[in-house]
Amino acid sequence: MTDSPLLRVSNLSKYYGARLGCTDVNFELYPGEVLAVVGESGSGKTTLLNCLSTNLEPTSGRAEYRMRDDVWRNIYDLSEAERRFLMRTDWGFVHQNPADGLRMTVSAGANVGERLMAIGDRHYGNIRASAVDWLGRVEINEDRVDDQPRSFSGGMRQRLQIARNLVTSPRLVFMDEPTGGLDVSVQARLLDLLRGLVGELGLAAVIVTHDLAVARLLSHRMMVMKDGRVIESGLTDRVLDDPREPYTQLLVSSILQV
Amino acid sequence: MTPLRVQSLAKTFTMHLRDGVVLPVVDNVDFEVAAGECVVLGGPSGAGKSSILKMVYGNYGVDAGHIWLTHDGADIDLATADPRLVLTLRRDTIAYVSQFLRTVPRVSALDVVAEPLVIRGADKAEAQDRARTLLAQLNLPERLWSLPPATFSGGEQQRVNIARGFITDHKVLLLDEPTASLDATNRAVVVSMIAEKKAAGTALLGIFHDEDVRTQVADRIVDVTAFAPRIAA
Amino acid sequence: MSATPSYNFAYLDEQTKRMIRRAILKAIAIPGYQVPFASREMPMPYGWGTGGVQVTAAIVGPTDVLKVIDQGADDTTNAVSIRAFFAKVANVKTTTHTGDATIIQTRHRIPEKQLQAGQTLVYQVPIPEPLRLLEPRETETRVMHALKEYGLMHVKLYEDIATHGRIATTYGYPVMVEDRYVMSPSPTPKFDNPKMHMSAALQLFGAGREMRIYAVPPFTKVVSLDFEDHPFEIQHFSEPCALCAATGVYLDEVILDDHGGHMFVCSDTDNCEDRRAAGHRGALSGEVLEAAE
Repeated sequence: MTDSPLLRVSNLSKYYGARLGCTDVNFELYPGEVLAVVGESGSGKTTLLNCLSTNLEPTSGRAEYRMRDDVWRNIYDLSEAERRFLMRTDWGFVHQNPADGLRMTVSAGANVGERLMAIGDRHYGNIRASAVDWLGRVEINEDRVDDQPRSFSGGMRQRLQIARNLVTSPRLVFMDEPTGGLDVSVQARLLDLLRGLVGELGLAAVIVTHDLAVARLLSHRMMVMKDGRVIESGLTDRVLDDPREPYTQLLVSSILQV
Repeated sequence: MTPLRVQSLAKTFTMHLRDGVVLPVVDNVDFEVAAGECVVLGGPSGAGKSSILKMVYGNYGVDAGHIWLTHDGADIDLATADPRLVLTLRRDTIAYVSQFLRTVPRVSALDVVAEPLVIRGADKAEAQDRARTLLAQLNLPERLWSLPPATFSGGEQQRVNIARGFITDHKVLLLDEPTASLDATNRAVVVSMIAEKKAAGTALLGIFHDEDVRTQVADRIVDVTAFAPRIAA
Repeated sequence: MSATPSYNFAYLDEQTKRMIRRAILKAIAIPGYQVPFASREMPMPYGWGTGGVQVTAAIVGPTDVLKVIDQGADDTTNAVSIRAFFAKVANVKTTTHTGDATIIQTRHRIPEKQLQAGQTLVYQVPIPEPLRLLEPRETETRVMHALKEYGLMHVKLYEDIATHGRIATTYGYPVMVEDRYVMSPSPTPKFDNPKMHMSAALQLFGAGREMRIYAVPPFTKVVSLDFEDHPFEIQHFSEPCALCAATGVYLDEVILDDHGGHMFVCSDTDNCEDRRAAGHRGALSGEVLEAAE
């Protein structure tokens, strides 16, 4: 971990008209650091993620990002061209539903290669080799490279979506319930894979989840949200093992023991 | 410099789900662990031994007091450190052998043990070599090394956990009942490993219910009942 | 001098022609950019060249000479009908000779004879958006053009190579115009793509149903997209035209019988006739066959 953060969020708020989405969110994210945002449906965690990934414009507040040239930019002041370039190079976004993050009617190889082509790679052989390499890293067999994700299982689709995001070596990845909707055994494999990749690549990540086990396994730090506010935050194992707030205690005590 | 100094530590739990009942755990916890010394926390169950250990590791928050660690030549108070600093301290200075192994799906026992070295930037092959040495020393059958420990027996998991805690040269090592589910042979191995750590100058703080082991490793016993909170009103 | 009292010259009213001319001027000013226009109902179904007809109607003048081709042929229904339409509503001279025409309306071919300065080629375009098949959202494709984000276009070519071992797109092959806009050349065979590059003629594209006009002004750079290791190539034919023995032209395969008999003949009928008039004979031309008997 270096000593300079990658993302600085200050007083971020989002209102939908009079209704509160999230308010007064503050945090810093460092390179290599994984932050889990937990809370139940309607707690504002998805609104926060959408604001951070610039899919939504906040009502007030700032989110500054340290660009690759070490210049700090408020991401809401970026031009659309800069923002989209950032989104397909230095950032990734893993959707809960892989169909939202993949092109379902083009091959797995092209899904992974698209970002490379988008930044100007024009050598078919190299693009394909990168695609095959990345499929391998997410444990998809090379012989599936020309198949469309329509023919993939849910877990494979999710792994493909991850490969598609990571091929340009982003420094920051947003994940929205990355294991939601998957069977438990498939979840375990995906979590282990993500844990390995995040560690190996030194990725910074913001993971929105309602699954505390996902937060424990993947994140260094966590923020608990309720009614649009961050009510508790800190080291992941401390928040989970020594929760302070009534709501956090309720969340932790609600986990089913197997 | 003393590797670990605990000063005036206090901890209460507020159980919001039980109408906010306040459970005082410990108060005014004061002790030090010197380099090469093994301090054992003593006292009956429920006296707060485990809570103290978890506070010292940063796993539990503290209400008051300080936990001074010597890190990179400076005194750092873990009690007030931010999460990133706590993680840095855990990576470099303070290690913990928990009572139960938290297993990760699909990661082999060998890699579980090697991980703390790898995180510190060690070469992966060298870390695995060191892990093999430790697992062999703890008599874990070689056929288990490449398997994820989730399906191991309690004793097998505990040996993996011990190897993982002992693989680095952290200056402070916390031990929470490391010998609880081990047979006599392996208990003896752990006792000798603790002796080696002491000889290397590590400060050890532990909980041992097994009196035999405790007497073999303990240089000093800190009686936790001395830190019992005075009941208010 | 109105051809038929009930029609304005060239069918469209003058306000509509002005609107279309403004769109054409903008299109010429921004080569390759798709300019929206208020496409009108025409007396023919969509898909039969309503876009091309509106562009032709907006630019045709009394002294123009009009040629219309459909897949290279002057004598197919669509070409004959559109020629007759303009002969009736604009009273313009028509021709089948490429060299004599000032305006050539085309469906799916560029004539073999090199076009000259002063000539205008009007393409009938069914789907103007080259990114459409991969990105269904118009809002998104517009942004992609605006920001010159064309990685997706290469995804299409990548898929071709992955599936067929080579770029198998043979018509409607995307081009980059003047290093700025990716453009669909309409469903012409890729054989014709190189003819668009630095052409002396003005090239206008009209899509009636999709309400878009775009243009390639004379002497504009038009480059077919490709990969470094899979460069753009045009089709090659193994035999010459069976009627006029031409090589290096685009050929159509004609089935002769139910026993697999077939021949390759020029797609450009005018070029083929010119060559035969000049004495060129192919293997299956009538005189050669008679001589053989």
